[in-house]
Amino acid sequence: MRSRFDPVAAHPVCRTVAPAGILAALCFFPVAVWAARIGDVGEASSISEQAVRFFTFADPALRCALLGALLLGLNCGLLGSFIVVRRMALVGDTLSHAVLPGIALGFLWASSKDPVAILVGATLVGMAGVLVSHAIERTTRLKQDSALGIVLASFYAIGICLVDHIQRSSAGKMSGIKSFLFGQASALSEADVLLMAVISAVSLLVITLLRGSLVTACFDSAFAHAIGLPVRALERLLLLLTAVAVVVAMQAAGVVLVSALLVIPASTAYLLADRMPRMLVIAALVGMLSAASGAFFSFLGNHLPTGPLIVLSAACFFVVAFLFAPRHGWLSGVFMRRSRWRRTRRENTLKTFYKVLEDRQFDGEDIALLTVAQIRKESVDEVVRRVRDLVAHGMVTLGDEGETAYFTPEGLREAARIVRNHRLWELYLTTVADYPADHVHEDAEEIEHVLGADMVRQLERRLSFPTEDPHGKPIPVVPEPVVGAAGFGIAGETTEHRDRFRL
Amino acid sequence: MESATAQGSPPPALELHDLSVAYHRRPVVYGVDVAVPEGKLVGIVGPNGAGKSTLVKAALGIVPLGSGWVEFFGRPYAEVKKRVAYVPQRESVDWDFPVSAMDVVMMGRYGHLGLVRRPRAADREIASAALEKVNMLPFANRQISNLSGGQQQRVFLARALAQQGDVYLMDEPFAGVDAATEASIIELLKELRDAGKTIFVVHHDLTTAEDYFDQLILLNMRLVAYGETRDVFTPELLQKTYGGRLTILNRVAEQAERMRVSGPGVNYDDKRHR
Repeated sequence: MRSRFDPVAAHPVCRTVAPAGILAALCFFPVAVWAARIGDVGEASSISEQAVRFFTFADPALRCALLGALLLGLNCGLLGSFIVVRRMALVGDTLSHAVLPGIALGFLWASSKDPVAILVGATLVGMAGVLVSHAIERTTRLKQDSALGIVLASFYAIGICLVDHIQRSSAGKMSGIKSFLFGQASALSEADVLLMAVISAVSLLVITLLRGSLVTACFDSAFAHAIGLPVRALERLLLLLTAVAVVVAMQAAGVVLVSALLVIPASTAYLLADRMPRMLVIAALVGMLSAASGAFFSFLGNHLPTGPLIVLSAACFFVVAFLFAPRHGWLSGVFMRRSRWRRTRRENTLKTFYKVLEDRQFDGEDIALLTVAQIRKESVDEVVRRVRDLVAHGMVTLGDEGETAYFTPEGLREAARIVRNHRLWELYLTTVADYPADHVHEDAEEIEHVLGADMVRQLERRLSFPTEDPHGKPIPVVPEPVVGAAGFGIAGETTEHRDRFRL
Repeated sequence: MESATAQGSPPPALELHDLSVAYHRRPVVYGVDVAVPEGKLVGIVGPNGAGKSTLVKAALGIVPLGSGWVEFFGRPYAEVKKRVAYVPQRESVDWDFPVSAMDVVMMGRYGHLGLVRRPRAADREIASAALEKVNMLPFANRQISNLSGGQQQRVFLARALAQQGDVYLMDEPFAGVDAATEASIIELLKELRDAGKTIFVVHHDLTTAEDYFDQLILLNMRLVAYGETRDVFTPELLQKTYGGRLTILNRVAEQAERMRVSGPGVNYDDKRHR
């Protein structure tokens, strides 16, 4: 750990690779105890040669690393999904730190790197850690975060001491324990991969068989308990499977980063899926893809540790999902807000047009853009831009000079509808909700844009089809659409569209 | 009915005998004795913190009993689980959970299916019928966070219907529900009652309690009264229910909590339960 970023000891091949600045820093990692790394067999030097070797699965160490990575990605994705939907990400983190003493004990017990001994020791200690935190939570006034924090740090500290002790007392014989700290997929032996395969198969089987019960227990544990599902046992089972998944993933990802494998692929899937089965599939796929690409880049870089690369790949998938997820993504939110804002802007301009006509008792149909600009306190250029938008939507047409505008029948209907909504709402607030008349305008400015056809009908009924608003202005009647006229939407259609963006 | 009387009266749909519950050794419900016959629509009424939800959860074995026992149809709950349906409080679950309305209703079938068996076509039909009953079938495939509060409540109700029980325990099914939905839900509950089911509803709106329920359980940590609505919905009893806790009872409860020694007692935290 002490010489992690020591440039003097940098491997010559690494300097030539440097695919990305930060990643490259990680290759200055000259820990001698590391066993064979991917790519140690045959000193290939160019990236393309390395890539060819990767995809032809030429050497056995690579096959083990890749297969192991895929299995751990699958396993962590599946179990991480349950962690994420149960809001237990911190439990995963605690688990991953708490297993370290168990790994060390497994080493001491078998006095070599025996996968089964390590698995048993680590799983038992990891689960004990989580149960201790439960006990702290139950018997003291501490809440979950503190309880987990206490367990995480103290178990990890014990683990570090034990690992240090093992390294001091029996250097060489105990090689491989370091890979648990930082993660190196190439340290996976065939026995490790076989164990991973068995474990992944068990998790997959359990989750497939118990899917319905597990989801029920996770969603509503009180209900699950009431209908007779063994909630406690299911929770323990998930904890056990997760502990096992963490232990087997640890060799490739390292103690600190392994919990990211539980959380990141599953969170990515959470943004993309609205149903649990799909979330499980996506999480498993993202987990596998991240693990495989982590292994690939580690191989390309010759000595790059796999753990950080797997986590970075997973983080990339997450960023993509965060930005582009169809419903929960950032971009779709931006688009939705934008289109809603544009619509509101169009409706406000139409309203001003209506006001211009109303102010002169609907004498003549031309609307001077200059007047509109004065009422809206905007520049004429701004108004022209807005009018162009309205023209594009078939709401108004422009006069020959481009200085006046005229409503299309649809535009007039839309304008009347907005003004009607506004005045109905003002009237509702003053008569039914007892607002003073001078308090209601601002509120109606907002509400007019979101009232659906349904709500308007209810308001009309409640106010017994009024004709005047609280300020004495007439509440316009929305003109009937011309039947059969092409290009004219029906009023219901626009409101239905609006309902989808209900606030 | 005749034959039942001939063999002696049928066992009550729900009998609570000297039921007490404590959270963190602090007593929440004291010595409740109630025996409710079949075919009644019963309101459980009382102020905040009166232990209404706790009573329901204790009856279902979700929280451990301090003392006393519970029987449904003369038998312990474990033996008749399939005959009992439950509607938890709406806030008790995470509505962002990746499940659809149909998935939630299908959970009502797992009491019958057990751990491993998958839902069959028959189960799906029962779930669809339950959704239809609460007018939520058109929303069957919606993820539950995209439903309004009233719709979510109706999904919970549909899940209980899918359990096809004979006793229904409902924790505030009218919370966050608009007036029209409330009316249709109470209509549905009366329909169930007329079909011979027994329904318990935790309710806190006194203005409607008298119209809705055949019988009332007035609760404020202890049982204030149980009986036909017309008999117990009286100013005196309501005053007794809502007129503050019994001072000594409350003080002893607090003292019990202070005296609590470390180590796991009854360790169930109501508010944290999801």
